[in-house]
Amino acid sequence: MSQESKNLQTSARGMITPQKVGNFVLNNALIILMVIAVIYIAIINPNFLSTGSIINIISQTAAYLPAALGIGGCIVLTGTDLSAGRIVGLTACVSASLLQSTLNMANKMWPEIGALPIPVVIVVAMVIGAAIGAFNGFFVAKFKLHPFIVTLGTQLIVYTLLLIYVTMGNNNGMAIANLDKSYTDFVKGEMFNIGGASVPWYVLYAVILTFVMWFIWNKTKFGKNMFALGSNEEAARVSGVNVFLTTVMVFALAGAMYGFTGFIEGARIASNTANTGFNYELDAIAACVIGGVSFVGGIGKISGIVIGVLMLRLIFIGLNMIPGMNQNFFYLIKGAIILFACALDMRKYLAKK
Amino acid sequence: MQENALLEMRDISKEFPGVKALDKVSLTVRPGTVHALMGENGAGKSTLMKCLFGIYSKDGGTIVLDGKEVNFKSSKEALENGVAMVHQELNQALTRSVQDNLWLGRYPTVGGIMVSEGIMRKKTKEIFSDLEVEVDPSAIMRTLPVSKRQMVEIAKAVSYHSKIIVFDEPTSSLTETEVEHLFRIINMLRDQGCGIIYISHKMEEILRISDDVTIMRDGTWVATRPAKELTMDEIIKLMVGRELTNRFPPKTNEPGETILEVEHLSGKYTRLRDASFQLRKGEILGIAGLDGSGRTEVLENLFGAMTKGGGVIKLHGKTIQNRTPKESIKNGFALLTEERRATGIFGIRDIRENTVISNLNSYLMGGICLSDKKMKEDTDWAIQAMHIKTPGQSTQIRALSGGNQQKVIIGRWLLTKPEVLLLDEPTRGIDVGAKYEIYQLIIDLANQGKGVVMVSSEMPELLGVCDRILVMSGGQVAGEVDAKNTSQEEILTLAAKYV
Repeated sequence: MSQESKNLQTSARGMITPQKVGNFVLNNALIILMVIAVIYIAIINPNFLSTGSIINIISQTAAYLPAALGIGGCIVLTGTDLSAGRIVGLTACVSASLLQSTLNMANKMWPEIGALPIPVVIVVAMVIGAAIGAFNGFFVAKFKLHPFIVTLGTQLIVYTLLLIYVTMGNNNGMAIANLDKSYTDFVKGEMFNIGGASVPWYVLYAVILTFVMWFIWNKTKFGKNMFALGSNEEAARVSGVNVFLTTVMVFALAGAMYGFTGFIEGARIASNTANTGFNYELDAIAACVIGGVSFVGGIGKISGIVIGVLMLRLIFIGLNMIPGMNQNFFYLIKGAIILFACALDMRKYLAKK
Repeated sequence: MQENALLEMRDISKEFPGVKALDKVSLTVRPGTVHALMGENGAGKSTLMKCLFGIYSKDGGTIVLDGKEVNFKSSKEALENGVAMVHQELNQALTRSVQDNLWLGRYPTVGGIMVSEGIMRKKTKEIFSDLEVEVDPSAIMRTLPVSKRQMVEIAKAVSYHSKIIVFDEPTSSLTETEVEHLFRIINMLRDQGCGIIYISHKMEEILRISDDVTIMRDGTWVATRPAKELTMDEIIKLMVGRELTNRFPPKTNEPGETILEVEHLSGKYTRLRDASFQLRKGEILGIAGLDGSGRTEVLENLFGAMTKGGGVIKLHGKTIQNRTPKESIKNGFALLTEERRATGIFGIRDIRENTVISNLNSYLMGGICLSDKKMKEDTDWAIQAMHIKTPGQSTQIRALSGGNQQKVIIGRWLLTKPEVLLLDEPTRGIDVGAKYEIYQLIIDLANQGKGVVMVSSEMPELLGVCDRILVMSGGQVAGEVDAKNTSQEEILTLAAKYV
């Protein structure tokens, strides 16, 4: 393209200001709408912006964040992961069963073992998650199956494992409760409090994981290879990237994140059944999409995922605070946000002719 | 063979299910030379290179690089052992930055874990300044024009400091100046003692840049000769395997009265501005111009595939809108798109579906059910009238050669009974032999009274087939010439008018 024509184009862009304003509004429409929604809810229910409420929103965001960070990588590869929720469920039950209180042996799933050291349980949960994730990744990379199909399958397999697990030992399919104090303190205990509202420890863990994931995505070879692979698999292959290993690792990393979420949920929910984690993947995918992780592939930011999870939590908690709001409408609003976010996202990648 | 060979590929064979893609092909590259690899599409040039580069595994033969036998299992291995390649299709991560693409697969790290953006940027700038490439290392690939992306790809291949560099059709999207630039780079590499394998269809380029030429046909080796001893006609003869004296069929069409008038046509989102021209019945109007000059935009705006910014279209003196392709087809227009594989064929669908897809309304029985019998008849007609070589109607179209695919699409359009045919690069990626048949088809269409507008980047083709040629430059019509009384020089001068 000649210099002259480039200048023409740039000057043309500079001239049309209303269009630029319109573009700005559209590109940031979601955030603008969220701000409006927050202001609206805060006006009709001032409690929404009380310290306790804000800490509640942040805590819930922290709880849902790790799974979304994991699934984000799968979406960057133009894939998805439907097995996330069941992996969370399995690892939550495993974590809880390994950390039940020894004070009440009658209700303990594995009476023969005491409460294990917490780091060991974290590792166990993350390794289980990573192994299932690697299994997903193997099928995706080796047999070129779409992750939707692969994880649709593993999701069912993992559910069976979960159903079997909760009937093992002394448990007989009951909810796994009666957790060791060290476990609940480690997760839900008060890190510090602001004006009487306590901030739990798991917020810190989410912050640490967010930073670690940011580092992996942006600063490591693996992260860069992941984006290149999502952007153009063939280009990555002919540039000498190990496509197979990278794919397996993305899914394994995602699995490890679900494993950690499971560990947190085990204590957060406190009474875990085979239903724990059900549908978590849908919220995680929704959060990623809202946060601009594109199904086009090769596009996404950790900050976007954090914003996506936060927005979903804001809306859920906010809607609950609107007096007289029919709960059934929550799903409609969530669905509308997902469609709206995706349409806006695609708009950026469509070239007008 | 030769003592001083840098790369020696001997008796390479490769079979795909049902096809013998390579049959004992040999190629020897001397250090400090450019070795051109020529052949029609499907002759096996790219397959041979992919066997070298570890993308395909060869079934037989040996590869000796620098005195050592090698057999690369992956591109990574090839790159590590001094073989780099500029691929035919632009293989780039478009959502990532230029430097991320350049260092993909070998990111420089600090402490083995952290990728260093600083080192990457510095090295990128060094390479770009060595090669005089002017691209911002942090620009997102998607925002660059194709020619710049191609230059980045070339710089990337060079940056591996390889002994062997393969250029697979590197100039297809480059402007004249950039081709010169590429040749300077290649000459530099040659002086450094690299062995260069250069694949191109452009004979002028081959004769200019290369030292040796190897010609392939149907997966076999045909000849290897010094470039000095070859002429264009000889190369064509070796490639096609027969004399090709008449590249163009006799022009028998006679233009009649004006049927189409286009006035001040402009694109809303494209650079097309103020294009005016007329088309007569039975006439073949050529559109020439450089890449990006607005040739394709003329056709796609006219057809409603791009959004019009203004202008008037008159068919038989009556103003028509052509807002969408659907409307244009109703008005008697047909468009053969530029990228056959991307926007022309439905690859995994069969010949019949590909033939009838634009004309489904006329096969409806009772407004609901499609008549298999009528579709079959029409497809038979297309196969016969277009001389399509296919085992049958239920063959997947992607199994046909480029030329036959193109004939299917022309047949598809003729079923809609168009008055005006818009052909965008109708012979792109088609073998020399098959091109003749396409030319004949185009002239036959004009003989039947259709108006034909044909865009092409091959000037001899425009001069050989068209009656008049419209020359585009910088989104505008730079001039109109009579095909009989013009020269390539005149067209090139006009094409550069608004650049």
